Amino acid sequence: MSGYRLDSGGRIDRSRRLDFTFDGEAFGGHPGDTLASALTANGVRLLGRSFKYHRPRGLLTDGPAEPNALVELRGGARLEPNSRATTVELYDGLEAWSQNAWPSRNFDVGAVNQLLSPFLPAGFYYKTFMWPAAFWERVYEPLIRRAAGLGRGTHAPDPDSYEKGNLHCDLLVVGAGPSGLIAALAAARAGLRVILADDQPEPGGQLLSRATPLGEEGPLTWRDRVLAELETAPNVRLLSRTTVFGWYDGNLFGALERVADHLPVPPEHLPRLIYWRIQAKRALLCAGAEERPLVFGGNDRPGVLLASAGQTLVNRYGVAPGRKVAVFTNGDSGYQVARDLQAAGVPLACVIDARAEGPADHGLDCRVRQQTVVADAKGGRSLKAIEIVDRGQGRRIPLECDTLLMSGGWNPILHLTCHRGTKPVWDEEIAAFLPADVGTGLRVAGAAAGHMTTAACFQSALAAVTEICEDLGRKAPEVALPACPEEPCAVAPLWWVKEAKGKAFVDFQNDVTTKDIPLAVAEGYSSVELMKRYTTLGMATDQGKLSNVNGLAILAEVTGRPIPQVGTTTYRPAYTPVPLGALAGPHVGAEYRPVRRSPLHRWMLRQGAEMIEAGAWMRPSHYPRGEEDWFAAMCREVRGVRSRVGLCDVSTLGKIDIQGADAAEFLNRVYCNGWKTLPVGKARYGLMLREDGFVMDDGTTSRLGEQHYLMTTTTANAGPVMAHLEFCLQSLWPDLDVQVASVTDQWGQVALAGPQARKVLQRILDDLDVSNDAFPFLAAAETTVLGGLPARLFRISFSGELAYEIAVPADYSEELADALLRYGADFGILPYGGEALSTLRIEKGHPAGGELDGRTTAQDLGLGKMLSGKKDYIGRAMSRREAFEAPDRPVLVGLKPLSRGAKLRAGAHLLTPGETPAVESDQGFVASVAYSPILESWIGLAFLKRGRERLGEEITIYDPLREGLYRGQICDPVFVDPDHERLHA
Amino acid sequence: MLIHCPFCGARPSEEFAVLGDAGPKRPEAPGDDTGSDPEAWYDYVYLRDNPRGVHREFWQHVGGCRAWLVVERDTATHEVRSVELARKATAGREAS
Repeated sequence: MSGYRLDSGGRIDRSRRLDFTFDGEAFGGHPGDTLASALTANGVRLLGRSFKYHRPRGLLTDGPAEPNALVELRGGARLEPNSRATTVELYDGLEAWSQNAWPSRNFDVGAVNQLLSPFLPAGFYYKTFMWPAAFWERVYEPLIRRAAGLGRGTHAPDPDSYEKGNLHCDLLVVGAGPSGLIAALAAARAGLRVILADDQPEPGGQLLSRATPLGEEGPLTWRDRVLAELETAPNVRLLSRTTVFGWYDGNLFGALERVADHLPVPPEHLPRLIYWRIQAKRALLCAGAEERPLVFGGNDRPGVLLASAGQTLVNRYGVAPGRKVAVFTNGDSGYQVARDLQAAGVPLACVIDARAEGPADHGLDCRVRQQTVVADAKGGRSLKAIEIVDRGQGRRIPLECDTLLMSGGWNPILHLTCHRGTKPVWDEEIAAFLPADVGTGLRVAGAAAGHMTTAACFQSALAAVTEICEDLGRKAPEVALPACPEEPCAVAPLWWVKEAKGKAFVDFQNDVTTKDIPLAVAEGYSSVELMKRYTTLGMATDQGKLSNVNGLAILAEVTGRPIPQVGTTTYRPAYTPVPLGALAGPHVGAEYRPVRRSPLHRWMLRQGAEMIEAGAWMRPSHYPRGEEDWFAAMCREVRGVRSRVGLCDVSTLGKIDIQGADAAEFLNRVYCNGWKTLPVGKARYGLMLREDGFVMDDGTTSRLGEQHYLMTTTTANAGPVMAHLEFCLQSLWPDLDVQVASVTDQWGQVALAGPQARKVLQRILDDLDVSNDAFPFLAAAETTVLGGLPARLFRISFSGELAYEIAVPADYSEELADALLRYGADFGILPYGGEALSTLRIEKGHPAGGELDGRTTAQDLGLGKMLSGKKDYIGRAMSRREAFEAPDRPVLVGLKPLSRGAKLRAGAHLLTPGETPAVESDQGFVASVAYSPILESWIGLAFLKRGRERLGEEITIYDPLREGLYRGQICDPVFVDPDHERLHA
Repeated sequence: MLIHCPFCGARPSEEFAVLGDAGPKRPEAPGDDTGSDPEAWYDYVYLRDNPRGVHREFWQHVGGCRAWLVVERDTATHEVRSVELARKATAGREAS
């Protein structure tokens, strides 16, 4: 019990109490608190256990870099592991649990690891869990994951909603501290469209944590005046609780707005988070700087925290970090913290400065020791005392205190400038990395650019805005700066207190100590990237925000290289963790992607169709009657089509309208077969190749007028074929007088198939003669049906039956389908689905998806005769390659099992009987299968080497994953009506 | 990343689809089999430049006007240097 609430001060609302629990224990706090400040105010210091050694851990920072105070927040489906208590705003009823401790954080069995620590050095896992290999996945990994871990996730569906949005601006200012505020003000006055994004609930940044006045007034009085102007400016958008987490190509920024994370549950009308994509002409990074920990023995004891965190507790939250506070610093900034604590009445034990000389007039009542370091911090679950070493006298002195604030210098928060591959530059004066020049898109100002006084921060921000105004052709306005206090900011690097006896932590989150880095070097991992991976320094949720610079400085010392030569590891997006829900936004479940529905969708549902997904489309699988399963329904539908008549929705086929004086020439170039002779009123089957000679797509194209054609494509290739035609017209042959337009969605289309099809059709046609002589196979016409409804009629057939396809404007599709059902009733008409359609086409040997898989040629499909020898077309040159003509290329054949009941499976391989299954003896494979209710047997389409010479031969069907070996017989791929009598009836 | 479509203005790259190297030119292919150079065809169909730096690529504004474009882009920085209509960029090119 060390921290406590001060009687006054802080930006908290003391008139209201918020109740919350931590590990089930009830506490109170105030609006304005974070979970971390409220716990500290309640004297709670032990917040969790460390990753590897299960050491007791407490609060270290005041922000998103927090490596220790990670909690599981909320519960149930909203469980949020690894929440940093320093960024969790307190709300009434908040529930949080400590992590990585069992059975409790006070008594943790895993703490035995501390005793075993001599056996748990860096690389322990790599060395220990090597044999036997069979144990890697099943034994070692689950064991390690359970023992060494962060929080637990939940498997329940996320009950919250998320949004995504785009924002555009002239200037994005990242961070609303003093630099960001003055920059936004200047840019706003210059008339730029400004977005000011800040991760805190209220703007101010460091001003919120400081007591020193700006000019004559308190820092927040100045802030409020600036804010008032920004809030009323129409060209400024303020985004609070918003972390800009990534910088991407084209000056695009990713930002996460936490809309409702400060509330118990998001209100019904609000998303929990918004993922913003901010397209900024210019951006200015004013993210400030992060204080570095000092590395000494026991520097992870609860009660040892960053000086800046102590300052924030006192000034922003009105909380004393402890009852007897010592400050350990290697620079001037630690003194200001001590002065703020003294002013707030927090008892100080001592200021310990590693440097020989500190500021002359420090204004502190407590003892100030120079040339002294903290060697070890003592205590278990809470700091009890420290041992300091007076380096001048070489003495080790014990000192009682319950809290130690450490200040090891400042690292500019420059991560965004590295996200596109630029490395930061080492600066000796501030002993830290500075952002490199990354171009005019993203400039850096304030502490993020290494300016360590408020005056310098203001000036750098205004200078940056002046440059940005010049870039964008604006005049930079005058902005009056407040008088800034004197802020000494000298610092002398202190990377590692070698007098330490206990464990000195470099990376708190990953339990990496000063012993691990020399070990990594000794074992050959001396490059900074390898050292990171071997020791895990800089990994996990904090991504080395605190540990990175200390770690590589120690690595530099151990390897005898200067720091710039050691370099840094790579900073990648995201700066802080981004929930996947925010990136997915609303695109989950049924909204994962748009669904395409045929204009007959509702009609098909009324007919009782079972719908299935086919790519983006919903298509009918079958129309079950009574208790029928898909197989029984398919058999009934196939028999109905072959014996009477059926109708099937084919609206999903791609339809491309082609017009222009050169339309026939264009078709001649994109199809492998000839088009110059096709008369008006006729349809033709077309085969389209890719330029590499393989088949791309097939379909029929009809000539509707002298310069007017209608192309159909397969459903799956409608988009790619359209893009291909556009490419050909715009890039290859821009001189052709042709226009193409997709009309897929404009027409509803129905196939009417079966021996009675003509009789049904005649009843809906207004006046067209469709007798076999007047309207033979492959005829096409524009006509009217049902008393004046415009329609297109094609005599084409996928099923092999006498068949027509009738297209009407999409909005009239249901009228057409209803009329066909009505007029076809006494012929026994029935709707059929995709399963029956597939069986019908396999029975007829028509290639479809299974055969047109991008690896087959026209020759493979038995369509080699379609390859025109009289013209150039896409794919011509390559389709004449030697390998395409090779006699042992697998070609399309039919396949039947020898025993009638045996089931065929697509994907099975074919072998010459007696051969051992091997790649060398492979003869081909089964592409598509169906049960033919007409033949009362399973049938298949397959590709077989020299297939056309092997009709009637027996073959071995090899299907090791399912049925093993069984026998089949090769046959012609056309199983039904090989002489096409039905087609032409 | 923004691409300035000549018809639609600056649009996010997600509205576009990329085909790749705009360098190869479709060889002459007479209707009969005379004069067709197999080597030229292999180069056209299979050989693509993949430089680090400035690269000319075919893109299509599929989510917009559907124009095919030739986009000059730096593959290292993703900076778009220029955009022109493929119709204009490829007009009058000599076949290889």
